[in-house]
Amino acid sequence: MASPHRKSKFRPIWDFPGFGGLSVGFFAFLYVPILVLVAYSFNGSKFAMVWSEFSWRWYLKLLENDDIHSAAINSLIVAFFAAPAATIMATLAALVMVRGGPFRSRAFTAGLITLPLMVPEIVTAVATLIFFALLNINLGLINIILAHTVFCIPFAYMPIRAALEAMDPGLEVAAQDLYADRWDAFRYVTLPLLTPGIMSGFMLAFVISIDDFIITLMVAGAGSTTLPVYIYSMIRTGVTPEVNAVSTLLLAVSVILVSVYWLLSSANRKGEAIG
Amino acid sequence: MSIKRLRLLGLLPTWVTIGVLMIGPLLIMAAVSLMEANVYGGVHLRFDVSSYVQILFDKNLFDETEFNPAYLIIIMRSFMLALGATGLALLIGFPAAYYIARQPDHRKNLLVFLITIPFWTNLLVRTFAWVIILGRGGFMDQVGSFLNIIGPDESINLMYTNTAILIGLVYSYLPLMVLPLYASMEKMDVRLLEAGADLYANRYELIRRIIVPLTMPGIIGGSILVFVPCLGAFIAPDLLGGGKKLMLGSLVQLQFATSRNWPFGAAIAMMLLAIVVIALMVNARAARRHAVYEQTGAEATHG
Amino acid sequence: MKKFAKTMMLAIGSVAVAASAQASGKLNLYNWTDYTPTELIEKFEKETGIEVTLDTYDSNETLLAKLQSGATGYDLVVPSQHFVDIMVKEGLLMKVDGIADMPNYKYVDERFRNPSWDPEQAYSTPYQMGSASFAYRANSYDGNGSSLKEFFEPNAATCNKLAVFKSPDEVINMAHLYLGSDFCSEDPKEMQAVLDVMMKQKECVKVYSSEGINDRLKSGDVVMHAHWDGFSQVGVWEGVDDLTYAYPKEGVVGWFDSLVVPNGAQNVESAKAFMNFLMHPENMALLSNFAAYANAIPESVKYLSDDMKNAKNIQVPADVPVKFGQACNAKAQGLIDKVWTRVMQ
Repeated sequence: MASPHRKSKFRPIWDFPGFGGLSVGFFAFLYVPILVLVAYSFNGSKFAMVWSEFSWRWYLKLLENDDIHSAAINSLIVAFFAAPAATIMATLAALVMVRGGPFRSRAFTAGLITLPLMVPEIVTAVATLIFFALLNINLGLINIILAHTVFCIPFAYMPIRAALEAMDPGLEVAAQDLYADRWDAFRYVTLPLLTPGIMSGFMLAFVISIDDFIITLMVAGAGSTTLPVYIYSMIRTGVTPEVNAVSTLLLAVSVILVSVYWLLSSANRKGEAIG
Repeated sequence: MSIKRLRLLGLLPTWVTIGVLMIGPLLIMAAVSLMEANVYGGVHLRFDVSSYVQILFDKNLFDETEFNPAYLIIIMRSFMLALGATGLALLIGFPAAYYIARQPDHRKNLLVFLITIPFWTNLLVRTFAWVIILGRGGFMDQVGSFLNIIGPDESINLMYTNTAILIGLVYSYLPLMVLPLYASMEKMDVRLLEAGADLYANRYELIRRIIVPLTMPGIIGGSILVFVPCLGAFIAPDLLGGGKKLMLGSLVQLQFATSRNWPFGAAIAMMLLAIVVIALMVNARAARRHAVYEQTGAEATHG
Repeated sequence: MKKFAKTMMLAIGSVAVAASAQASGKLNLYNWTDYTPTELIEKFEKETGIEVTLDTYDSNETLLAKLQSGATGYDLVVPSQHFVDIMVKEGLLMKVDGIADMPNYKYVDERFRNPSWDPEQAYSTPYQMGSASFAYRANSYDGNGSSLKEFFEPNAATCNKLAVFKSPDEVINMAHLYLGSDFCSEDPKEMQAVLDVMMKQKECVKVYSSEGINDRLKSGDVVMHAHWDGFSQVGVWEGVDDLTYAYPKEGVVGWFDSLVVPNGAQNVESAKAFMNFLMHPENMALLSNFAAYANAIPESVKYLSDDMKNAKNIQVPADVPVKFGQACNAKAQGLIDKVWTRVMQ
């Protein structure tokens, strides 16, 4: 091993010995549990913890489980309303915040948008529960959609704002120079350029809504059980590989969406580098 | 349309949504925490601060007010576990963040992406993975007996302990520590390290005297991002603690899910909120101080 | 933009409709975990064309809390006798017209008509009844379950191998039986004694949970668990051969679960159809064969399975008293909550 005092040609001073190994350990810590979870979903045994043989039986069982279907459908309905609503609001807010020039309520708005990220989830959950209970708002799934929309806003907002900030405002000016009015400039220049950012924001909001558990658990009423809430009740009543199977599917949805988001945003980055 | 109208039009939906559905509920919760509980659930519309008093001084069964350490124990447990999880996450995350920050660009992006993936997957599912690993006869026991560390029918017995909760917490929020760490390490100028080495600093001193001070905003930011959700955690204590080792988050949930004491649950929630505000203020102050430090540093080098 | 807004409004409208207008042919059943046989639901769906959605809870307290927090939309819930009482007083239940006139009401045992918790039979119809006590794995435990002492003062074999329900209701009553004090005690001294017993027990408790009980016993995570008679029998059927339900000399805590309709229910007719359906001996037997509890429909005996007829864990020995839980007044309830909060800290 090179002495730390000597600048070795093969180990630059900023390269710390052992950090690479620690990083491998770090990624193992992050991923081994997930891999174990996924592997055991193919366990033929009735008990999640005892491996017997490879089998698809728990996935086949999922296909027959009506309760899981309706929970999954509820999750999708909620996400398909909450995520677009949050994305629209986030887009509008981001446009004003980035392109709206200086104005007084800017700091206030920025704080407001990050608020749902700062308040602990359990606090938001019980506050929302009290709110709906005392005001007697019982709209079934709509209660959940409303609650989700709020905490989806910051997740949609971040990538959209980032995309706007990375965009050259000169392009809009140029368009206006070419006699496009402000609306046309927005519609034909800003919006198309911003679309990948909006898509990114939408996808993050969607993932966050699909995955939310605590707030939904507290707010859900009859027939509005979502997939995570259903998984929770499955875990509490007994651990079978069926829980692993449904968990694996939920993981897969998140991983796919986030991967698409990542590809979108890295394509964006490359575009910048060229442009 | 004037720019003012446009601005208002753009911001109003967000203002209204977050204002009505986030600030509104928080205000109502604050009000409920100052009301009297109905034994079977709900509240009486009477002003009553007893929910806050109850955190430290409880009326015992004989209706005498006495110092009750029960909740203090939960608060301490939450603090210790949250601190422990934050420290562990920092310890595990620091070398990894540093290593990633020194990689070539394309690999860097991929590694960062790999860190974010667990963050975007379901927390409940990720904690459940640890139920399978730590549970009796689970993955860990099987590996243990395979390696002959424990007998075939024995168990490492970590399930339903504080250690299990700690592992669950670290695992849940590790990405939140690494990302800000990485962001500040990436910005760091490695030439400073070379300068340090030229001045005969060894690698330990380089970490302590150069890397840590320069990445302080990342360290503080990451620590707060981990500490705050750990404090209010509900899933890890619930699934890995066996309902016996409550933390603040589970205590709040319990008041609404079975104990039906809304004002007390709301009071604990308000306390959690207060801690968050303090943590954020600490963060803001640290960031400001760091900005001053960097500025003066820059002036010193340029001047 | 306008078109988009219009589509959006339509879509939102359709969700609202889906969420609220479930009047025809739906039933939202909210029942205890592991308490609803799929077969029974399918038979009901087939006979009536009503589609059943099932959500589950783990304790009477959870059910009460959920209803108190305004989560309406459930059409049928299944509280125990004393919680029916509480829910009526709190105005959470809907009066159901004409229970006594339902075609299958004639099958209900005389002794369980107009019960003390619903003297005019205005709210409830019977579901199942049984008792709460504790159960143990006979092969890994040397006691014989003859006293609640074994449950509250675990020995070396059961310490840290013991699990207890996650709600106060039955556990506190078991402690009263053990100590010889009355249910719903308003005497702080007696409640202090209850608290002491439970705190002592807690040192040996591995987990507080009311769900997944048989799994925990099967895996060997615990060898003794607070349990219900029928569900412990289900555990035996599922392969935990040596699972034995204790009938301690101090007595067991009796309960009687009923079907009731919470306020805000949208499918009252469906709920009534289910109430009537379940009072039929054949259907009630289907339920008892699954959940292994006794019921209030004597004629259902004809349809009971042999397994059920030979079920050991549900035979109450003649000398063991069964004491039913009752609704406590606010003062007693306040004491119970305090005791439980301290145990749970």
